[in-house]
Amino acid sequence: MSWIDAILQGTLLGGQYALYAAGLSLIFGVMRLVNIAHGDLIILGAYIALVCVEMLGLHPLLSMIIVCPTMFAIGYWMQKLVLNKTLGNDILPPLLVTFGLSIILQNVLMEVFSADSQRLQSGVLDTASLQLTDELTIGWLPLICFVTAVIVIASLQFLFYRTTMGMVFRATSDKAEIVQLMGVKKDRVFALAMGIALAVVGIASVFMAMRTNFDPSVGPGRLLYAFEAVIIGGLGNIWGTLLGGIIIGVSQAIGAQINPGWQQLAGHLAFLLILIFRPNGLFPRTKD
Amino acid sequence: MTSKIPESLPFSIVRSTFASKVAFLGFIVVFIAAVTLPWWGGRADMRLVVEFCYYLALAQLWNLLAGYGGLVSIGQQAFIGLGGYAFFMMAAFFDVPPLLAIFLSGVVTMLFAIPTAFLVFRLSGAYFAIGTWVVAEVYRLSFAQVSTLGGGSGMSLPISVVKSISASKLEREILIYFLALLLAMGVVTALYVLLRSSWGLALTAIRDSEAAAESLGVKKQMTKYAVYLFAAFGTGLCGAIIFLNKLRISPDSAFSVSDWTANIIFIVVIGGIGTLEGPIIGTLVFFILRGVLADFGAWYMIFLGIVAVVVMLKAPQGVWGLVAKRYGIQLFPVGRKLM
Repeated sequence: MSWIDAILQGTLLGGQYALYAAGLSLIFGVMRLVNIAHGDLIILGAYIALVCVEMLGLHPLLSMIIVCPTMFAIGYWMQKLVLNKTLGNDILPPLLVTFGLSIILQNVLMEVFSADSQRLQSGVLDTASLQLTDELTIGWLPLICFVTAVIVIASLQFLFYRTTMGMVFRATSDKAEIVQLMGVKKDRVFALAMGIALAVVGIASVFMAMRTNFDPSVGPGRLLYAFEAVIIGGLGNIWGTLLGGIIIGVSQAIGAQINPGWQQLAGHLAFLLILIFRPNGLFPRTKD
Repeated sequence: MTSKIPESLPFSIVRSTFASKVAFLGFIVVFIAAVTLPWWGGRADMRLVVEFCYYLALAQLWNLLAGYGGLVSIGQQAFIGLGGYAFFMMAAFFDVPPLLAIFLSGVVTMLFAIPTAFLVFRLSGAYFAIGTWVVAEVYRLSFAQVSTLGGGSGMSLPISVVKSISASKLEREILIYFLALLLAMGVVTALYVLLRSSWGLALTAIRDSEAAAESLGVKKQMTKYAVYLFAAFGTGLCGAIIFLNKLRISPDSAFSVSDWTANIIFIVVIGGIGTLEGPIIGTLVFFILRGVLADFGAWYMIFLGIVAVVVMLKAPQGVWGLVAKRYGIQLFPVGRKLM
């Protein structure tokens, strides 16, 4: 029974990882950019939520009303002012600039908020759970997080394939030079995509801050989970990130079941194993 | 050195230039100063030079990967940690003489790099970068699980081993000083020789255009593997010397991305990526900034990060790239010049 429980909890955890990964996948899909600072931006979102909760007395879930638009604005301007200048044929500038941003962000958060571990208290939601059978219970918070992940991913899928904005995204992704002839402002499209990606990051940050302790140094860990979920699901496949997240989550839960010290290790090993057998992920959409 | 070109042609190809000859003299002066430093400098100077040497060696090796091989790794801390742990294990558990153990640490690290390369070479570009980071994390988490190595809290080099290296602290510091100097000189010389060889030509071709290099018969994949393994060997040696110097190792310090890889990347980016001079300039800038900003804690890393980002955006060839372009000089004659 404990194994079924581990798989169940791991699946729910996977929802959170999918939320980390969705933004990364979207950015890659639109502008072939791999944002090394992605994990640290998740932590930035968590600190913004912390400030909202402490200063305005909001419930953590409600803090998203402020966190998401703020993150959207940060993403929009970060892309417009900095990252757009790095895009081109050379992979070095975007990689090294986002790596630099990652280190800058970590240290700024360290200076402002100190290295102390933080967590958002969400009252009854912290402990409220749903009794499935005699031995199986699932927490409401992980469940809400998972359902949110499914809704977010479905919305991104809809946005990408069923709306005019999505069409512009895909067209810009395919031929950035040509769409400009049709009156599309490439830089603005990229900024918008980064804004949306970071708004999703905002949702992920609030759930992360409610479920686990965080401090300025844990960003890179989130980046790696997000990255693994994207690769496992297959590049450019938004639904794939949900599956990738679940695989990482379940592997971690099973690893922790065997030995508490193996939780993170098991997730990474599952990723490397899939990399050996399916280097392009399970359901690749784009080749790069 | 003049290449064999028929006399009738109105030009010749030279490699060494006036600047490179002057620079060579300069290097000899620096070399003599460095070798004699233990007799005229203080212990603090020696420690600073030791640190300078291993950052320089690490930066040169990372530059070889990223600047020449197109392999942007964010996981070089994997090899620093492996080298350090290999050294501690050999010295503490198998009584291998320390100097031999340092060399073998490089070899062991290179052996580990073979399966690592097998995995990470499946990813390309930016994905390769994060893939190397994942592997480094796997090594860190794995070493934290080994209780004979002290698990997550790490281990110290046993006193008996420290004593067997040298009787007094000063003697040990002098030994480490010369090891570090030898390492930095060795890496720079090895890269210089490598870049002047046909391997270097292949690497430079890959740096400038992978497709064009391949079409001219450069074995891209094999060259990249070779460069990756060579860098792992050198980085492993560095790791062994770094932790011999520190006398204590733990998974978090050995496999730290911010202590090692972040600094190294900033050094190379600021100094100038894809040149031999760049990492030297970068390491100098790094140490000067660190000296000036020593009292500002985390602001130092923030400042360094901002400088690196600005350099990458405004002058991607770095400080040395700007100088070289402005004055057309090259201190290490690895290129060719038409006269």
